[in-house]
Amino acid sequence: MTAVIEVSGLTRHYGKVKAVQDVSFQVEEGSICGLLGRNGAGKTTVMRLITGQAFASAGNIRVFGENPVENAEVLARTCFVRESQIYPDSFRGKHVLRAAAHLFPNWDADYAARLVDEFRVPLDRRMKKMSRGQRSAVGVIVGLASRAELTLLDEPYAGLDAVARQLFYDHLLADYSENPRTIILSTHLIDEASKLLNHVLVVDGGELLIDAEAEDLRGTAVTLVGGHSAVEQFAAGRETLGWDSVGGISSVTLTGLSDADKAAALAAGLELAPVSLQQLIVSRTRGTIQPEEATS
Amino acid sequence: MDDGRPIFLQIAEQLESQIIDGSMREETQVPSINDLAAFHRINPATALKGINLLVDAGILYKRRGIGMFVAEGARQRLVAARTEAFQDQYVRPLVAQANALGITPEQLSRMIGKEAGQ
Repeated sequence: MTAVIEVSGLTRHYGKVKAVQDVSFQVEEGSICGLLGRNGAGKTTVMRLITGQAFASAGNIRVFGENPVENAEVLARTCFVRESQIYPDSFRGKHVLRAAAHLFPNWDADYAARLVDEFRVPLDRRMKKMSRGQRSAVGVIVGLASRAELTLLDEPYAGLDAVARQLFYDHLLADYSENPRTIILSTHLIDEASKLLNHVLVVDGGELLIDAEAEDLRGTAVTLVGGHSAVEQFAAGRETLGWDSVGGISSVTLTGLSDADKAAALAAGLELAPVSLQQLIVSRTRGTIQPEEATS
Repeated sequence: MDDGRPIFLQIAEQLESQIIDGSMREETQVPSINDLAAFHRINPATALKGINLLVDAGILYKRRGIGMFVAEGARQRLVAARTEAFQDQYVRPLVAQANALGITPEQLSRMIGKEAGQ
């Protein structure tokens, strides 16, 4: 495996705001990588830095082994679809696609036309007159039909309805299977998108919190529910991600339980519930609630 | 698919179940990685990982340029493995719960007989 993106010690400050703080990671060729985190966590800044649209305050970025800043060769192989892309006032949908055809060497015009049909995009409408979902659909079409070796999609489906989102997932998988490439996807809809991802990066407050294979994260966390004293006894000395209680019943979310631990928990009369990727990331990015606070 | 467990394991288990219940016969071709990925809406690398698990266990084998096939004797081996797991997964908790309720082994055996329609 070769790394398409290598980032080390990446830092970007805006005045006193530390948008990105000492972030290091690699993205392997051919992976679908989720860049996840809360609003303002630094996802968009990371993507802008990778595509040379912002300059790093410190640290190193290599895309296809080179510095991406003002590097035409690297940027021609890269497609970055931004959530709130601003278009010239006079631009209509068809102008965006025509521009994309000039910019991306692998542009597939027939595929783009099929997508326009399926997403029902009014190409003759001015971009600024389109609904949010229609504008997002144009972005998604550019992202898919550009077939760029490295495609970055920043919240690609803001305002898209459930049908259009499903269409996007299906097309992304089908086209990725036929034309493998590296995709970085930032999204808030973790549950919906998590099965598409094979790698997950989670940023919080500008720092990299999780850098792991999606399959390694799945199944690591478990929520235990049971009588308060039994739960407290079992959780003592373990790393807890969340804690909740009502009446005499408590629930605690733990990571790193072995099969033997799980059997012991069952034997102690506790109920085990799996934790989805989304729940895991929510509990990791909102700070741990300590048992003392929950029980007082 | 349940998001709380590794998906490649679930893919492998599902294929195993299809081999056990006979809907996927020995020496027949299994769905391709891309078909599995599209059907379950999962990353193709994850589907591949599930398939590889079964290849390593000798349940599936690869015919070059054609695809993956169910190995001869796969069903028998899977049934044997699942029977072993059945003890831990079902019988042990069943007996533990019966003990907690004061159900004797004789009563339990009669209850199982009734359920099985004897």
